[in-house]
Amino acid sequence: MTALVQRARMDDTLAEAVGPPPVVSLRAVTRVYPGVKPVEALAPTDLDLNPGEFFSVVGPSGCGKSTLLDVLSGLGRPTSGTVTFNGQAVDGVVPEGVGIVFQEDASFPWLTVRDNVAFGLKHSTVPADESQRRVDHALRFMGLADFAGAYPAQLSGGMRQRVCIARTLVTRPSLILLDEPFGALDQQTRLLMGDELLRLWRETGATILLITHALDEAAMLSDRVGVMSARPGRFIDMVETGWPRERDSSIVSDPRFGEITARLWSRLRAESLRAMGAQGPGGGR
Amino acid sequence: MSATADVPARTTPARRRSGSWDGLILLVLALLAWQGMHLYVGEAALASPVKTLTFLAGFLRGPVFWGHFAATLAAFGWALLIGAVGGIVIGLVLGERRFAGDVAEPILAGLYAIPKVTLYPMILLIFGLGMSAKVAFGVIHGIIPIILFTMGAVKTISPVLLRAARAMRLTRRQTALEVLVPAVLPEILTGLRIGFSLTFLGVLIGEMFASQRGLGFLIVNGINLHNVPMTTGMILVIVLFALAANGLLLWLHRRFGGPSATPEHA
Amino acid sequence: MKLKREHALTLARLGVIGGAVLLVEALCRSGVINPLTLLPPSRMAADLFGLLASGQIAHDMAFTAGTIGAALVLSIALGFGLGVLVHALPRVRRALDPLLASYYSVPFFIFYPLLVAIFGLNAFPLVVLGMAFAAPAMMMSTMAGLDRIPRVLLRVARAHRLSRVETVRQIVLPSAAPYLFTGMRLALAYTFIGVIAGEFIMASSGIGHAIAYAYEGFDNNTMYALMLLVLVVVTVINMSLHAYETRLAKRRARA
Repeated sequence: MTALVQRARMDDTLAEAVGPPPVVSLRAVTRVYPGVKPVEALAPTDLDLNPGEFFSVVGPSGCGKSTLLDVLSGLGRPTSGTVTFNGQAVDGVVPEGVGIVFQEDASFPWLTVRDNVAFGLKHSTVPADESQRRVDHALRFMGLADFAGAYPAQLSGGMRQRVCIARTLVTRPSLILLDEPFGALDQQTRLLMGDELLRLWRETGATILLITHALDEAAMLSDRVGVMSARPGRFIDMVETGWPRERDSSIVSDPRFGEITARLWSRLRAESLRAMGAQGPGGGR
Repeated sequence: MSATADVPARTTPARRRSGSWDGLILLVLALLAWQGMHLYVGEAALASPVKTLTFLAGFLRGPVFWGHFAATLAAFGWALLIGAVGGIVIGLVLGERRFAGDVAEPILAGLYAIPKVTLYPMILLIFGLGMSAKVAFGVIHGIIPIILFTMGAVKTISPVLLRAARAMRLTRRQTALEVLVPAVLPEILTGLRIGFSLTFLGVLIGEMFASQRGLGFLIVNGINLHNVPMTTGMILVIVLFALAANGLLLWLHRRFGGPSATPEHA
Repeated sequence: MKLKREHALTLARLGVIGGAVLLVEALCRSGVINPLTLLPPSRMAADLFGLLASGQIAHDMAFTAGTIGAALVLSIALGFGLGVLVHALPRVRRALDPLLASYYSVPFFIFYPLLVAIFGLNAFPLVVLGMAFAAPAMMMSTMAGLDRIPRVLLRVARAHRLSRVETVRQIVLPSAAPYLFTGMRLALAYTFIGVIAGEFIMASSGIGHAIAYAYEGFDNNTMYALMLLVLVVVTVINMSLHAYETRLAKRRARA
């Protein structure tokens, strides 16, 4: 195991040596949830995200994927170790330039679609006409223009998740964190939303970190996939996909797609069994 | 999932112990507040806990109290019986007939929210002074929530339960006894608990106005005769009776309503 | 299809209510119901109109409205405040839980004579009675609303770097709003019931007292006219608030 981590670390060091400085750096980050029986959610973890990279994290249920996102975004504090975003330390506050999309439906039911999207800019210094333009653009970009006046309750789950993505987009984040954003959607919608996400990634040039439990999603969308172990979570493998930047869901027919998915599953199978054994059947999140 | 996980947690010995401590602390606080209130407003308005209990110790031994108690209990018993049977039957019928149920629901909800006490003179004119007016007044208070809850329970039975019953080829009788009744029971028990409290309230208000019998009459009579310990004592008896009955019904609900129907979480 | 059913329901409801009124009217007119027991609804309406025009009950109406208003405002403020406070203190809440679960099983009206003995025969014991009835409903609704704020929305607030005040204003309050509204609607219905019932049992003015007074004076015309007044006012207020609430809920309901 340690050999794998070391290799992952080496991969990162290599990328660091040739490319520009990383957007996000995690150094020896751990997270322990205190309690009568403290839960070690995250074992010491190092991670660098390169500018413009599409990085996915896969792992068994309850392995600390979401904890990683919490710590990385500033929603939660690491128990030890350091997190930096664009060279600045992140400590319990979400830095400007970071956008987060959650797994749960996080649209505001009391606001129209338009007001939901505009909420992203309500607290910024962006002038009114500029924010108007950005909201219009985000609505059009996410295919929501015809529903601007609707309330979230009138939309499907996939459309509501688009609202949340659009709300993040208007802030022009340089780093977008997505925590199993398509977890509640059906397979076809997931594939389509995956295409949308790739289009968004290309057009904004943002760095994306996607947390998912769907191996095919990770294999299809990412430049690089990190495989996490069962709790306490740590990276046990880093898989470079080598996809071109111009890509969409049609690559699922590429033989490489099958190879990547198979490699991810071979890494994960044992971990998933361990995670299931630890939680007992039916123990979800 | 989480509801079933909560149940053992709710009854761990530590929790139960801290729960009974809480109860004791609340009891002491209530007694202190009562005593403090008594000192503040004076003997003429509110009797002290000690004086009230002394009074009750004597009064409960005499025949006067038990005569009035029996009158209240009889009126309450009849009202509850009529309200429960009538409410469940009407609720089942309205729940079964969608359209009739949807027509009736807002009308019933409207009736539920009006200050029914203003209708009491009409009840008195129709039934005359006495027992039947009190029973009728109790029934109109209690029957509506029982109808509404029963109706809601029947209406919201998950269709998949009935389809599962058909898939298992249960007979109509088996479906009714083994699927329908357990599915609607928790809601009906909630309706009965609320109906119970409101019926009691209705009967007591009936006794407080233009009546010569019952605990409600004793309260008003105590005020009119400046017998403060009597009023305070009767209020105490009624409060304790109501709390005990409600506790019993809550326990029944937990026992037979299933874990998902814990009323505090409903 | 759906709209048609809505219309059919409304028509059927109007039909049921109208039919009931007409039936009573017919029974009264034909003498099946003794005029000493019940008056025809048309007569009640005419009497009410007369009473309102004469200004005879203006004082009682103002007294009741003022008492209800005071009890309502105090109940909402107190209930909301207590709800927020207890929500923030889980230990206190656990201790109060059984108390709140059985609170409404106690028939408060029995305390009213005691309140009169303590505060005197004026509006004050009525306000206290109304509050005892209404404030806990507001408190429980407030706690329910705060409990049901989706955690993810609070995380969104942090992701957008909202301050505490902004989080309360833009996330907590709008999210809990339907529950707060329900609490206020219940508080209004309960203060109405509490105040009018108190006036009815023991008071020197107010609509409830006027009904009891008319009953004792065998003045059925005034009595039924006032009952109709209470019925109509309460029903109109409750129905319109309920309709608004349903519309709000429909907008929010997740598919």
